[in-house]
Amino acid sequence: MGRNLYEKVFDLHTVRRLPSGQYQVLMGLQMIHEVTSPQAFAAIRERGWKVPYPHRNFATVDHIIPTDSQQRPLSDPLAEEMLQHLERNTADFGIRFFSPERGEQGIVHMVGPETGLTQPGMTICCGDSHTATHGAFGALAFGIGTSQVRDVLATQTLALGKLKVRRIEVNGRLRPGVYAKDVILYIIRKLGVNGGVGYAYEYAGEVFDGFSMEERMTVCNMSIEGGARCGYVNPDQTTYDYLRGREYAPPPEAWDRAVAWWESIKSDADASYDDVVRFDASDIEPIVTWGITPGQSVGVSENLPYVRDFPEAERPNIAEALEFMDFREGQPIKGTRIDVAFLGSCTNGRISDFEEVVRMIEGRGLRVAPHVRAIVVPGSMSVKREMIRRGYDKVFTEAGFEFREAGCSMCLAMNPDKLKGREVCASSSNRNFKGRQGSPTGRTLLMSPVMVAAAAIAGEVVDAREFFAAPVGAGV
Amino acid sequence: MDPRRIRITGTGIAVRGNDIDTDRIIPARYLRCVTFDGLGEHAFEDDRAQLKAKGQVHPFDDPRFAGAEVLFVNKNFGCGSSREHAPQSIMRWGRGIKAIVGESFSEIFFGNCVALGIPAPTASEADMAQMMSAVEANSAAPVTVDLETLTVTVGEHSWPVKMAEGPRRQFLEGKWDSTAELMEAMDQVAATAARLPYMNGWK
Repeated sequence: MGRNLYEKVFDLHTVRRLPSGQYQVLMGLQMIHEVTSPQAFAAIRERGWKVPYPHRNFATVDHIIPTDSQQRPLSDPLAEEMLQHLERNTADFGIRFFSPERGEQGIVHMVGPETGLTQPGMTICCGDSHTATHGAFGALAFGIGTSQVRDVLATQTLALGKLKVRRIEVNGRLRPGVYAKDVILYIIRKLGVNGGVGYAYEYAGEVFDGFSMEERMTVCNMSIEGGARCGYVNPDQTTYDYLRGREYAPPPEAWDRAVAWWESIKSDADASYDDVVRFDASDIEPIVTWGITPGQSVGVSENLPYVRDFPEAERPNIAEALEFMDFREGQPIKGTRIDVAFLGSCTNGRISDFEEVVRMIEGRGLRVAPHVRAIVVPGSMSVKREMIRRGYDKVFTEAGFEFREAGCSMCLAMNPDKLKGREVCASSSNRNFKGRQGSPTGRTLLMSPVMVAAAAIAGEVVDAREFFAAPVGAGV
Repeated sequence: MDPRRIRITGTGIAVRGNDIDTDRIIPARYLRCVTFDGLGEHAFEDDRAQLKAKGQVHPFDDPRFAGAEVLFVNKNFGCGSSREHAPQSIMRWGRGIKAIVGESFSEIFFGNCVALGIPAPTASEADMAQMMSAVEANSAAPVTVDLETLTVTVGEHSWPVKMAEGPRRQFLEGKWDSTAELMEAMDQVAATAARLPYMNGWK
């Protein structure tokens, strides 16, 4: 019986079995940001420890960085203090910092792939739950807490238990207007927000084979929303083509050796899994969340569920979500008025996300609805430069979107980008938790970037497939 | 302080609801900090304020439970962000929560609890409902979380709980603060790194 990628990569990085029965596992790469690292560096200093593998740790600033002006000092003194801590910590311990001043900054899960740091067969950790994004390259990548960031700084290893592996196949063809975001929201809806607890997800099948790296990243990114600490796609030619030539990718003279090694860590054709789930791509339509967990969602043409549809134990949660969102059970999601539209985040802040939106709106004289505040936040400074090079900044600005600097922004609102009061936000981000977007009572509807853009222009939730198919000027 | 976590005793507090995420446990605005000090008072802050506005009381605001040291929760507690600020705020609230008993926990939250020495055993839905009712009925009832026998006692009654053997042994042996143990094997770490082509310039 063959082995899957998870088992191979885990074993290759296992240092030893610990007396507790867990494994000491080498981390090939740690990504660091300003929010979950200061206490870890402080602990290293207090105990007089060293960082033995500084060149396998990389840092950037993303959560607290403002998207209006990134001039120093930052307008928020707490944000400036956190940034200064990160600058000092990385400098003191010899860790490379991708800085805003040098134009290298971006969301930590954008910077890894863009620079070629993220590669197949690696173990990758970061004090951030969306680290599974890097799994798109066939890496074992997962989020950790600050005490574990400290462990990795001090030893480049973690104490880990082994996960089970669930293979999730999506076969067939996605219908037009259905995107990677809809695929992962569909998977979470079907398997539940805690369905993946104890599992790594291996995404496979015709849909993933055909996906670009950026689409794979969107799906892997939200593995944690399904409860899975890590999710991955086996590497293939698409992966290698993406990596070639990037700053930290293997040099040309080593390329063939690298590809041979990457091929060796792929799941074997006869690999075994703890569970296998199969979905049909043609069953998936554009999805919109209606509740306060990413699993509380419907297809855009469906109505919200009824409380009575759920098992007894879940009904209080469903009722709580309906009350918080101010929705009635059984109502359509279409027509929900929105106040804010957010395009960005480590889920959907990449060039191809914006490219697809621009393809829909360019040259059609469409405008953001007068009552809607719409912001476009590139995931990294590199994405922003590429957007400007292609003229997307003008397309968005002319359509009434604000074109911002790079960062996490309104995905979690640790910077000044926040909802106010009970505002409803159509968002391309990953979480619709209560209070997530900065107002404790603010409401979030998760959807694909194209659906967000359609909602921004219509002023309410619409089916982007119908909306953008309408001839220009036909009541739009 | 003895790092072993064999029996945790105190009184209990129950926070009901599935899928209580880390944004609800500690809102992101309190992550703008470089230490974990002072996070305790902000635990569940927005949930507490929203209940208060409706004339209801969150357990963390209920004086009967102000001295609680064992928290009881339902399914998928601590889902969402990896922020260790979540368990840090819970362990710094009031007298400090020292154990969390739930139906299930998110993977990362559970790992963070281990790293902080907070045992988080799990129980069945039916047993959890009974434990929560017992705690709510008598806030002064003594609670014991026993990792040796894998039982939780509230007042006169006991229920079985589960915990994976690895973390259970870390707690029983006082080895949940893993850094020291990981540092013992730096030679083996170097040997493992030497086997990985990407750690060695693809030579």
